[in-house]
Amino acid sequence: MNGGGRRDLKLIMLKIKTPKTHRAKRALEKRAPKLVENGKKTLILHGMKTSNLLNSVLTQIYHLKRDSAVKYTKKNENIRPFESGGETSLEFFSLKTDCSLFVFGSHSKKRPNNLVLGRMYDHHIYDLVEVGVENFRPIESFEYDKKITPQTGSKPFLAFIGEGFESVEELKHLKEVLLDLFRGEVVENLNLAGTDRVFVCTAISSTTVFFTHCALRLKRSGTSIPRMELVEVGPSMDLVVRRHRLPNDSLKKEAMKTASDQPKKRIKNVSSDIVQGKIGKIYIPDQQVGNMPLSSDIKGLKRERREAKKNKWNWMPVDVSRKHMLDRIKYESCSS
Amino acid sequence: MGTETYQIDLGNLMAFDPSHHFPSVPSDREDLVKECLHKGTELVQEIANALFSLPSAEDPDGPIVHLPQPTTRLPREKHLPKPKPPTKWELFAKAKGIKKHKKDKRIFDEQTGTWKRRYGYDRVNDDNDVPIIEAKLTDEPGEDPFAKRKAEKKKRVEKQENNRLQNLKQAMKVGALTSHVQLAATALPITGSQKEAPKKASKEELENVAGMAATATASGGKFDKKLPGEKAPKHTGKYRKFLPVVEGKGMGNQEKQQTEKILNQLMAKSSHDILDVNKAVTMFNVKKEKQRRKEKDREAFSTSTKLKPKKKSLKRSSKKKN
Repeated sequence: MNGGGRRDLKLIMLKIKTPKTHRAKRALEKRAPKLVENGKKTLILHGMKTSNLLNSVLTQIYHLKRDSAVKYTKKNENIRPFESGGETSLEFFSLKTDCSLFVFGSHSKKRPNNLVLGRMYDHHIYDLVEVGVENFRPIESFEYDKKITPQTGSKPFLAFIGEGFESVEELKHLKEVLLDLFRGEVVENLNLAGTDRVFVCTAISSTTVFFTHCALRLKRSGTSIPRMELVEVGPSMDLVVRRHRLPNDSLKKEAMKTASDQPKKRIKNVSSDIVQGKIGKIYIPDQQVGNMPLSSDIKGLKRERREAKKNKWNWMPVDVSRKHMLDRIKYESCSS
Repeated sequence: MGTETYQIDLGNLMAFDPSHHFPSVPSDREDLVKECLHKGTELVQEIANALFSLPSAEDPDGPIVHLPQPTTRLPREKHLPKPKPPTKWELFAKAKGIKKHKKDKRIFDEQTGTWKRRYGYDRVNDDNDVPIIEAKLTDEPGEDPFAKRKAEKKKRVEKQENNRLQNLKQAMKVGALTSHVQLAATALPITGSQKEAPKKASKEELENVAGMAATATASGGKFDKKLPGEKAPKHTGKYRKFLPVVEGKGMGNQEKQQTEKILNQLMAKSSHDILDVNKAVTMFNVKKEKQRRKEKDREAFSTSTKLKPKKKSLKRSSKKKN
């Protein structure tokens, strides 16, 4: 313990807090940083003023992401994502609900029907994209056969159309955020019968993206691959990019870091020593001394050698007994 | 229309057509939608082609394919977990070459001659089970060996708890504390000479609190409403002292003295040659006491259980001579 300085560390009473129930422990471990992460959850909330349109936009986005989203209904006064002090509430909510994506809606004269799509890294704001919603059509306005309604939580197809997504920086950023928002859980095995929805995003101009949600109908085709048919079901809207904030370079580098793809596999029988370096162990099976071939059967080998010489150019069949092969090799090495 | 190559990310079920552009935005909304859906269908068909041609396993619900890893890199949600730093024991064991051996749960207990657990209920070598402790030559007559054993165990447990806390603090410094453990400060750091915790107010003090607060009112608490059970304040009304109107013989000019006193106090603070020697000496002594007390405490903590010769006392006496 260091005793120097006016503030003596020894006088700070630290208490170890551990969960008293196994359930609590599991809940904490679920939220801990991991090598392979859980799916990102979304927080949907709005500011002091919202329009009817914006309310329905938020509820419909919530319906699209039912299981992995949390929707707040209260008005939040002090959330201003683009201002330096206005994000503390957002970060607090993100910490409490363990959500790393958020959709914040607000309405003002300057920015009507405003949606801020944002991501968090370690519960701090990573990046933001502000879009305005135009030409919104809710789910109710579409007429379709209710049997093909996509199921909640199914993994969607994503289609991005337009060169704008590659050339314009804002649209590139928006594409990344939309991908993160709508891709659902990252799974290894997929049931092909359960693919029933697709999100289509088209870059109409350098600032606008037409976003729509369609159900998939798999039609019988000649081959084993079915023919796809898109039926518009879900909300469709035009997203006009207003502002965006990219992450810092250092933060981006840290967030993009991945551990090596496989978990570190312990290589067995290899150890390292400071003096000798890398040491390996080789395990040899026990020698069966009783069954070891004796190499002093000279008479038999001599005969075989003569015969082998005779049949030099016709290859002998490979299933020669190991004993004879060994002895032949030994003899040849001895005699040469 | 550009080339028909799309960028497909099968792990995310995503397709991107970088070569499409609208030569002119269709003015009609429906046409726009139709065009977008048409292009969308093409892209989805491409993904499906790639998807359905993957080797699939049969399942009662449907064919299951193994998706490849997604190719688009997206930022993580939380930071990568940091490896835990080795604990003090682990470092020591590594240095000494001590290896962990698997311990059996049941051990043969010599005392009772049965197989007992290594820890827990009904365990081997339990302190409480010892019926007789034989007296040794080194034992003092008044000592209770059972109590001594208990005290030793308590000390051991406390030491272990401290070591554990130190290990956790070390891990916290690196930022690698296990997710289900939190270290919380229960009390604020106590600085300076106030080592004692603030005492709880006594009964008399609490009774006088209302009276103390009443001095803030203009009438000194004379007309304050009293709660049931509250005693009357000791001194109601303000303290005021009025100088006599007429000064008799033999008394100094009190008003002049009063103003002089105030002026002197004001001037003394800014004047440098007026030095209150007594006050200065007291201040110096108090400062010295505080320092000495702090050093004594530091020394007291850092000493081990072994007795150390008191060097400090010699120094103090030498200073007293001056």
